[in-house]
Order: sequence, then C-alpha cells, then structure tokens
Amino acid sequence: MQMIAEKIKEKIKELTENGKISRVMGWKKGLYGYDSEPFVFENGDLRDFTYDAFSGANLCKYMIAQSKNDGDGKILVLLKPCDTWGFELLDKEHRIKRENIYALGIPCGGMVDIEKIKKSGVKGITEISEKEDTLILKTMYGEKEVNKKDYLLDKCLVCSSKEYKDCDELFMTDLCGDTAEYDRFEEVEKLEKLSSSEKFEFWRSQLEKCIRCNACRNVCPACSCVKCVFDNDNSGVAAKANANDFEENLFHIIRAFHVCGRCVDCGECSRVCPQNIPLHLLNRKYIKDIKELYGDEDEAALLTFTTEDKEPSVVYERGKNNV
Amino acid sequence: MQTDRGVTAEKEFQPKIIAFCCNWCSYAGADLAGSGRLSYSADVKIIRVPCSCRINPMFILRAFQKGADGVILAGCHPGDCHYSTGNYFTRRRMTLLFSMLDYMGIEKERTRVEWISAAEGAKFSATMNEFAGEIKKLGRSKRLGDLRCR
Ligand code: SF4
Ligand code: SF4
Repeated sequence: MQMIAEKIKEKIKELTENGKISRVMGWKKGLYGYDSEPFVFENGDLRDFTYDAFSGANLCKYMIAQSKNDGDGKILVLLKPCDTWGFELLDKEHRIKRENIYALGIPCGGMVDIEKIKKSGVKGITEISEKEDTLILKTMYGEKEVNKKDYLLDKCLVCSSKEYKDCDELFMTDLCGDTAEYDRFEEVEKLEKLSSSEKFEFWRSQLEKCIRCNACRNVCPACSCVKCVFDNDNSGVAAKANANDFEENLFHIIRAFHVCGRCVDCGECSRVCPQNIPLHLLNRKYIKDIKELYGDEDEAALLTFTTEDKEPSVVYERGKNNV
Repeated sequence: MQTDRGVTAEKEFQPKIIAFCCNWCSYAGADLAGSGRLSYSADVKIIRVPCSCRINPMFILRAFQKGADGVILAGCHPGDCHYSTGNYFTRRRMTLLFSMLDYMGIEKERTRVEWISAAEGAKFSATMNEFAGEIKKLGRSKRLGDLRCR
C-alpha cells in the first residue's frame, strides 16, 4: 500500500504541474495510523497524505460542496471501485458539477475495520504500519502482526466487483485484489426466514441502539437532498434523538425507503454508524426485492413502472409459510 | 367493565382503521356504497387524497403512530388512474414498503392496497368489512405505534 500511496502522490504532482487540477480530495494521516480521514489538500502540500488500509471512507459525497465553485479550478478525487458507484449516481442526479472534478480510479485490495481489530482484544494501539498483507500493530504492550484479510470491513467481504464507473482516468487499477467472501444477500435471506416476532425482536435490538447522529444519512451518496425530511422542523422528528421505538422505526424505514432503488450498496452507512447497526441489511432487502420483483432495470425502480408489475399482495403470499 | 345493567363484560376491541381513498375512484366508490345503503365497518375512517400516489410512506407510518391498527389504501384500478399513471407508482412503492414492514417484523396483514372503482360500491363495503374483521382479529397494533398517542 505504501508503494501505491507514493505512486499516487507522484501522479498528483504530475497532474498539478500540468495544471489539470488545483486541489486534491484524499485521505489524511491520523494520529495512530488507523484513523485516516477525508481531507482537501491545497497548494500542492501533500505532507500528511496517505492511502492505507484504513482509507475506507468514500470521498465522493464531498464533491457536492467541493465542485460548486467554478472559479476554484478542478479538484482531483480519489475513488476506489465501490466509491465510483456513488460518484456515478451523484453525477447522474446532477448533484455535482462534473466538469469541475477530475476523478481518478485507484486500486483497492480491501479496507480494514479497526473495530474488528479492537474487538479481537488488541488494546492500546499506538501505531499501525503495513507490509503487504500484514498489519504491524504497535501497542503499549508490545508488537503484534496480524493478517489484513482477517479484519476487512464488512462491505469489502461482499465486494461485488472491481468495476470503475465515471472516472476520468484509471491509475494502477490492475493491482486490485479480490476480497469477496460471501454473497451479499446471504444475511438478508437468513433474516427473511425468521418468524415475524423474531424479525421484530432482531430489529428492535438493533434499532434501539440508534442515537440519531444522522451519520448514516450524511455519508450516503444517494441521500443528497438539499433539505431532508429529517431537517424539517414540522415533521416532529427533526434533529433530535428518537423519543421512542416508533421514532426509531420511522427514521430507519424512511431513510431506507428514500434511497430505495438508488442505493448503490456501497456499505458506507453501516461503516460510519457509531452504534454498529447493520443498516446495509435494510438497503439490501430493497435491492433484493427490486431484483426479484422488477428485474434489472437501468432506471431507479421507484421512478418507473410497468403495467405488469406485481400487486402489493405478493408480500402476503410470499411470507405465508413463515408466520 | 361495569355497565349500567350491572353486568360485567369485556370491553370489545374497537380497531382504528385508516382508509386513504383516491378522490376519483375509491372515494366515489364509498359514496356509491352509501347511496346504495351498503354498510361498512364504522371503524374505518376515510381520508380523501387526490390520487393513491399522493400517499407517501410517512402518511402510513404517521397513521400507525397516532394509533391506527390498520391502514388500507384504495385507488383506481391500474390503467384507470385519473392522472394516467399515478397508481402504477403507488403499486411499486407500496409493494416495497410493505415488504420492508414485513421484514422488520411488523404484521403484514395490517397494511393493504385495493383497487376500487367509482362503480364498485359493493366491493368497497365488502373490502372494508373484511379488512376491519381481519384487523379486529389481529388486535391492537403494538409493534408500530406511539404509546403517547393512545
Ligand atoms: S449512523 Fe447509526 S446511530 Fe447514527 S443515526 Fe444512523 S443508525 Fe443511528
Ligand atoms: S444507503 Fe448505505 S449502502 Fe446505500 S448508497 Fe447510501 S451509504 Fe451506500
């Protein structure tokens, strides 16, 4: 990864010198090596630039704000394969000014979930470095080496393809590694098979953790309304913690419904949730339903229809055998 | 419960049912049921909407929040929408929404979509009676609702 990061830096320098770009949207090193964060690098200052196993954050949504001003020149955005799907969506929905952006596709071999490492009992991490597929964890209690592949983000384990969309240039993308381990609908299917009260219990136990930080909404490339229902003071649910079970359910049903048919399954919502709620299971349910009921269409499922669509009663028939 | 005759009887559960009816077909269907003297359950409260497609998932959830035990949407038959295509969108939206409610463990029998034309007064009353009966069997909606609104 370090090698790739260096190569990307060189590439950025080259593009800057050629006058193609004026700024860079990338990841900045954090304090500990596992907390890199999105950052805009200006004036060619790339001192804290990093692209490591913890660059999981999708940068595409920052482009809404960053591409607004025509006078600022082009901004370079670094996109992993799954990041480009959201980027393409933002472009398709005219949320970004594509002409002010230079999109560079970069290789990805899977990103690491620090929470998984912490959960495995490693404490007091002070520094993390990488050597090929090994992560070297320096902790207050000594050094430890772990295999990167054992701690990948959930979204990487179901990575559906390393296909890039809507990029201006692809850079070293043949270095992509395969990370998919299981089918992305597996967990949804498991849940579908439960009885109604088991499903209810499951979702209750998950959703009651929600603190309504709105991170899942803010990070989502499909959630890009200028004014969201959840910012509307008249809605009774705006900008406040959920008052009870109902409001928790309401927030999550509506959040998932509003991206239904447009969700690109980038997995960002689950990744950012500080409470580790598996939000992707809601979105994927919609994706699965749409696939089963309407097949693969180019257009977002809720923006179109056919006269032969199934009746809503399919829901009852389908679930008849598991009460 | 103590009644004035001094007999102790279980208070019967009276479900609250919200029926969103489109102005052009189902609402007129309800009218026809009325003028034809066909009765339908008094538990059904009708809310008239311009088109079934006006109904946003928020409306349905809100109804449950405020104490509804069942929500039914009634609109023109597919192909007959006053605005040409509104109900086709309703059909997709509600299919996906109901499927999600089911996935989250909320009884799927509590929500329903029916197509009832302005000429189908009898269908209106039969559908509402049947739906009300089913909700009565299911009892109070406990999984989706706000206790403070009871
Ligand atoms: S990110 Fe998690 S805790 Fe925050 S609002 Fe979303 S689900 Fe709730
Ligand atoms: S809902 Fe989640 S998975 Fe879908 S596009 Fe938004 S952030 Fe990505």
